[in-house]
Amino acid sequence: MPVVYSLGLFIAILFIVSLLIYIVATGSHRLSWSLLTNFPSSNPREAGMLPAIYGTLWTVGLSTLMSFPLGIATAIYLNEYSGMEKLRSFLQINLNSLAGVPSVIFGVVGLGFLSYTLGLGRSILVGAILLAFLTLPLVTVSALEALKAVPDDLRFGGYALGATRWEVIKSIVLPRALPMMLTGSILAISRAMGEAAPILVISGLLFIREVPASPLDRFTVMPLLLYNWISRPQLEFRELASAGIIVLLLMLILLNAVAIYLRYRLSRRR
Amino acid sequence: MMGHEVLEQEFKLAEELGKVRDEIHIKVEELSVYYRKRLAISNINIEFLKNKITAIIGPSGCGKSTLLRSINRMNDLIPDAIVKGRVYLDGVNIYDKSVDPVAVRAVVGMVFQKPNPFPMSIYDNVAFGVKINGLTRNREELDRMVEDALRKAALWDEVKDRLDAHAYELSGGQQQRLCIARALAINPKVLLLDEPTMSLDPVSTAKIEELLYKLKSELTIIIVTHNMLQAARVSDYTAVMMPNEKMVGTLIEYGPTKEVFTNPRDKRTEAYISGKVG
Repeated sequence: MPVVYSLGLFIAILFIVSLLIYIVATGSHRLSWSLLTNFPSSNPREAGMLPAIYGTLWTVGLSTLMSFPLGIATAIYLNEYSGMEKLRSFLQINLNSLAGVPSVIFGVVGLGFLSYTLGLGRSILVGAILLAFLTLPLVTVSALEALKAVPDDLRFGGYALGATRWEVIKSIVLPRALPMMLTGSILAISRAMGEAAPILVISGLLFIREVPASPLDRFTVMPLLLYNWISRPQLEFRELASAGIIVLLLMLILLNAVAIYLRYRLSRRR
Repeated sequence: MMGHEVLEQEFKLAEELGKVRDEIHIKVEELSVYYRKRLAISNINIEFLKNKITAIIGPSGCGKSTLLRSINRMNDLIPDAIVKGRVYLDGVNIYDKSVDPVAVRAVVGMVFQKPNPFPMSIYDNVAFGVKINGLTRNREELDRMVEDALRKAALWDEVKDRLDAHAYELSGGQQQRLCIARALAINPKVLLLDEPTMSLDPVSTAKIEELLYKLKSELTIIIVTHNMLQAARVSDYTAVMMPNEKMVGTLIEYGPTKEVFTNPRDKRTEAYISGKVG
């Protein structure tokens, strides 16, 4: 059996590595500062991804601000407060189904409800709300796991000193669970950065010539721009797309590095 | 001959006086605890004396810990646990509707089987209870209280130079003494210990037993233990619990430790102490 497992792992790694090699081989010579600082253009030599980078940072940043507190609060409620076991398992099943909903459905609902009914338009705000809901189950489930990993001994120790439930959560449970929560949340953010489908529904394949200035502006994100470039007939645009993928990957790696660093710092903190 | 009789009289008088001086600190009346509707301990009646060490012994599953947790309302934290009966602490029924369980736990400290220091520094572990109970806002006062508690727990000399070190850097025995210091820092009236030396080596165990002996002038101590020798060594009074035929914990014997060990009234106690049961 171990042979089969390692074979599976080997195939998976082979697949990823060959993709990476292909992308680096086709895109690395197109990497340049102008790729980061220029606006999209019909001329592949001048085309850059500045508005898409801004759009990604805006939407992912805002969605994190929404999903992180909400997800952790949900997890705290589910694990520390809700006394009724049945309610808890019911909510948890719903949470997991939410994680299983195809992301394009989120886009359609968002367009109908947020953009049209609430009149928020095809804005960054709507994109951020969608990404927040998309990543909420991930954030919540990982926060829940982190809370479950805190031994009950510690909680009882706090209660035995006359601490209230909130004091136990705030001073003992959360500091202990935070590093693990953070790791899960960064994974969720990474997923949000790569999402194209729901954003496509909201923003369309937009050719943006301006950097978005407020959450109510129209926007595009990196995966959409890459999608746009890949689907063009010119070889140069496809090379440009590979270069863009490298940029996106580097951003994800950077994000994960930050997560690892933060976890290291927090878990050593007294 | 005459002299001897007089002396005997004196001893008896002293004993009587001693009995009068012994003050009831905790009185448990008709206490029953259910876990998920299953009866765990039934109809316990017992009085714990002030400034004495009482040991609760008995085989596994006899409800020793359940009884202990009823005294600081820790059973409230276990889902589906129901407590019936009354526990008077200094004459106040801690199960009265008007009593806040959080306030009870600030007066009745507890030390657990496994050392469970909080994931923070040695200093912060001891200061935690002082802070949340709002005992002081003054930094120097807090320093003094932390030092005091660590001294009482016989840990000060070992940690005074590294109060900022993480509590997990301490050995198991030191961690358990830190937990005792943490409990002492808020000046409880009662200290409950649930098999506190179970995971410790003999040297650490001896240190903690010695410590309890010193502490009893300030506190009422109730200790649950599996170790009968420990009960014989440290306690003034011993309560023996035993599951009945329905596996419900009951109190079968209670008295001065010496009497319980040398001249038990219940045959089951004798069997348990001599190692035939449990």
